[in-house]
Amino acid sequence: MLLNQFLLLGALLFAVGVYGVLARRNGVMVLMSIELMLNAVNLNLVAFGLQHDVVSGQVFALFIIAVAAAEVGVGLAIVLLLYRNRKSIAVDEFDLMKG
Amino acid sequence: MDWILENAFLIPLIPAVSFLVILLFGRSVIGAERVHRVGITAVGIVWVLSMLAAVSWITRVEDSTSYKSDDAEHAQIAVNEGLSASSAGGLDGELHLAAEDDGYGDDGGGYATTEPVISEVDGWWSSSGVDFAVGTLVDGQTVLLLIVVTSISLLVHIYSSEYVKGDRRFVHYYAFLSLFTASMLFFVMAQNLVQMIVGWELVGVCSFALIGHWWEERPNTDAALKAFLTNRVGDIGLLIGVIILFGTFGTFDIDAINRAVGEMGSEVHFAMLMASIALMAAVCSKSGQFPLHTWLPDAMAGPTPVSALIHAATMVVAGVFMIGRLYPVFFEGFSIGTSSINLMAFIGGFTALIGAGLAFAQWDIKKVLAYSTVSQLGYMVMALGVGAWTAAMFHLFTHAFFKACLFLGAGSVSHAAHHTFDMREMGGLRKYMPHTYKTFVISTLALAGVFPFAGFWSKDEILLGAFAGQESAYPLMLIFGCVVALLTAAYMTRVIWYTFWGEYRGHGHPHESPKVMTVPLWILAVMAVVAGAFNLPTPVMRIFGLEGLAHLVQTYAEPTHYLNAIGLSHPPPSFWLAVVGLVMALAGIAITFMYFWRNTGPHGLTERNRYAKAGYTFLEQKYYLDHLYTDIVVGSIKAPIARAANWVNDNVIDKVVNTAGEGARDSGRWVYRWIDQGTIDNTVNALGSGADSGGQGLRVMQTGKVQNYGSLLFGTAAVVAIVFVIVL
Amino acid sequence: MVAQNIAFGIIAAITVAAALGMVTTRNIVHAALLLVAVLGGLAANYVLLTAEFIATTQVLVYIGAVMVLFLFGIMLTRAPIGRIPQMTGATWPVAALSALALGGITVYALIDRFGADSLATDNTVFRTADVSDSVFSQYIIPFEAVSVLLLAALIGAVVLARRD
Repeated sequence: MLLNQFLLLGALLFAVGVYGVLARRNGVMVLMSIELMLNAVNLNLVAFGLQHDVVSGQVFALFIIAVAAAEVGVGLAIVLLLYRNRKSIAVDEFDLMKG
Repeated sequence: MDWILENAFLIPLIPAVSFLVILLFGRSVIGAERVHRVGITAVGIVWVLSMLAAVSWITRVEDSTSYKSDDAEHAQIAVNEGLSASSAGGLDGELHLAAEDDGYGDDGGGYATTEPVISEVDGWWSSSGVDFAVGTLVDGQTVLLLIVVTSISLLVHIYSSEYVKGDRRFVHYYAFLSLFTASMLFFVMAQNLVQMIVGWELVGVCSFALIGHWWEERPNTDAALKAFLTNRVGDIGLLIGVIILFGTFGTFDIDAINRAVGEMGSEVHFAMLMASIALMAAVCSKSGQFPLHTWLPDAMAGPTPVSALIHAATMVVAGVFMIGRLYPVFFEGFSIGTSSINLMAFIGGFTALIGAGLAFAQWDIKKVLAYSTVSQLGYMVMALGVGAWTAAMFHLFTHAFFKACLFLGAGSVSHAAHHTFDMREMGGLRKYMPHTYKTFVISTLALAGVFPFAGFWSKDEILLGAFAGQESAYPLMLIFGCVVALLTAAYMTRVIWYTFWGEYRGHGHPHESPKVMTVPLWILAVMAVVAGAFNLPTPVMRIFGLEGLAHLVQTYAEPTHYLNAIGLSHPPPSFWLAVVGLVMALAGIAITFMYFWRNTGPHGLTERNRYAKAGYTFLEQKYYLDHLYTDIVVGSIKAPIARAANWVNDNVIDKVVNTAGEGARDSGRWVYRWIDQGTIDNTVNALGSGADSGGQGLRVMQTGKVQNYGSLLFGTAAVVAIVFVIVL
Repeated sequence: MVAQNIAFGIIAAITVAAALGMVTTRNIVHAALLLVAVLGGLAANYVLLTAEFIATTQVLVYIGAVMVLFLFGIMLTRAPIGRIPQMTGATWPVAALSALALGGITVYALIDRFGADSLATDNTVFRTADVSDSVFSQYIIPFEAVSVLLLAALIGAVVLARRD
């Protein structure tokens, strides 16, 4: 197996996640795409951890999973609050900062 | 017998538990008006334990001195016994007695070296391969502070039960007193620098909470914030100093660092110099040294017993304690042994001088005492700066008692005189409050350094230290010391005149405080008389035939195993220097006495003579340091930016606009004269719409939609990545 | 080796396809289910990389807990079940361009740097015990920090989402 096959898979998933974050209108979908990006990073960490023979890669992947869980919790609470106030979670409808 | 020394962690633990009990159950289970019993009981137990620790430590020193005379084999057996005994009584974790008497004699001061008792749990936590231990280090210095902290804390706990009775936050007050006691005890027995930082910050937090105890009034919160923020400045120094020490020696262990400095000596001089300067900043903030002393007088906004405990006797000496604890570092860093002036001695001496000067211009009795504290702390730092370790610790010890007594006396006065601290509203109180008056006078004499009160002996040792120095004398420090001795006696006499003599100038009927308050005052006053006996010089004790009891602090408190390694010497006592110190104190008292009681001297000088008035104003404005900090330092950051913006607005933008306008007007006339109205209109319209469309074009970017900003962000990141990967 | 490569090929193909489907489908529930497929594929990848504990955690935390949260989010925001015409914003070409540029440069850099480096297969296999040893000794402080962060997130989510 090549190191690169995992890294390239991670890179592709990351790019797909970026597209999802930037293009999807639904707030929940944006959060899902963020999860995709975080997972792509995790794959890199685990692959490099194996390559360099250190356990730190796995440990940090674990930390990222924990942080991602926290992020989803807070993110969904924000989406819920948006929905309650505006009856919509289409992120391109929120443009109070428009110049 | 060494049980308490090895399990010293119990001492801070008990008040910490008391803190939690008061905080969690104070209002509901115990009852708000009875919480002080919990606090007093806890501190009482701790006081007994501290006394036990003191006895154990003295026995230990005695034993190690007798080992020295015995043969080495005997000592070795005793060491082994000590080790096995300690491991049997240890914690679940790996608790061990790290060091025992090493049996060899010293070559410096003629005393046997007694190793500190270090109990530690290895591997409390580790990060990136660095192990952090947790434990206690008990030696003579710790024991000395244990006695001071627990004694004053106990008396303040008792005194406060009357002083803050009926306060709206009585429970909160006692909870924080307990937490403070726990933190301070934790701090003085810190085994490594990380623990030391934790204790240092904890006492700072308690100080912050208690200064702002009556936070409903704006000045109190301001004072608390000022104390907190000023201390943050010094804490950066502490962090940097600790990092330098860790970087140099690769350990946080205080014992190991002190030994390493002793062994390496000048090899690590530069690193130690940097560390000392950084740590000195921490000392300046915590112990109120120039130029960071300005928070301490403001801290008097807190309740008076708090001022006595935290801002006079214990917390503010944390800086002095820290210097004493890491003395080899400072000794090497500032070349104390070989120089005749150094940064520490100068800061200390200078602080002592300006603090004493400021005390003259204050009308608030607590502020006078606060500046007096600043001044006396400067004395201690100066003593450490000239190499007089014992003198500094001895002065710390005696000062704690008489200054606490003075503060509690001021509190008693205020309690009687309807909660004012302004001396102009006092006067004549000696008739109404005989106990407060007597204790106050005793403590004043002690602070002024009059024979045979405690302050005389400790002050004399500091002067002696400056006079003898190490290799060379510290002449400037000696002058500072003598002048401060004179000034101290004078401003304290002034306080007594305004507070207790003359006619009562306030309103209402002053009355003596109840016994709960006067008994602690008397105990402290007695200590202010006899505390000097703990380190009497040998020639004095010879008169009584008690030579064995001379130099108790020096014998039992000095960490000889470090101080011998750096070659600290003790100057022989000098009779004439003691006389000089005494004459200075008496002269100060006499001058003030003549001025107030006999009404001689230049009265009204400050009104008549404009130089004197300018000097008085200079003192009254506290050397304008507060103005320096708030107006100039803060202002220099705020004002010039605002001014520069204003200048740019006035000169650049307005000029450009004006010039453009004038040019447009002139050219408009010219064009009007030569080209028809329609062309002008078109030009103006074109300019206007050009600006408008430019704005509209840029507006497109500010969509307010987060995804568009995200696209820009990721797109820019991609471009930058392309530049880095392919182009560069 | 060959078996592992074949396995990787299949898993990677499924993962990438599911990811692409997730960001393009018009049905939001389908998107959530495709995310499950992606996360499952990644868990399989972790197994290939001998990271058994991460794989288990991935399944437990992501597919178990986080997905339930997402489905709750979809339900509570009353997203229409079925095809939604306007799932993608008007600026999707810009987004696609950004993503393509970012993905392209990353792929280029990876191939340029690591080329055909083979994965060191003779290295230590870190079992769960090794991971836990490391977490609870070397990384105890980050671990504690993460627990505080989780607590803060919990409180934050409650504060944000409660009705008052």
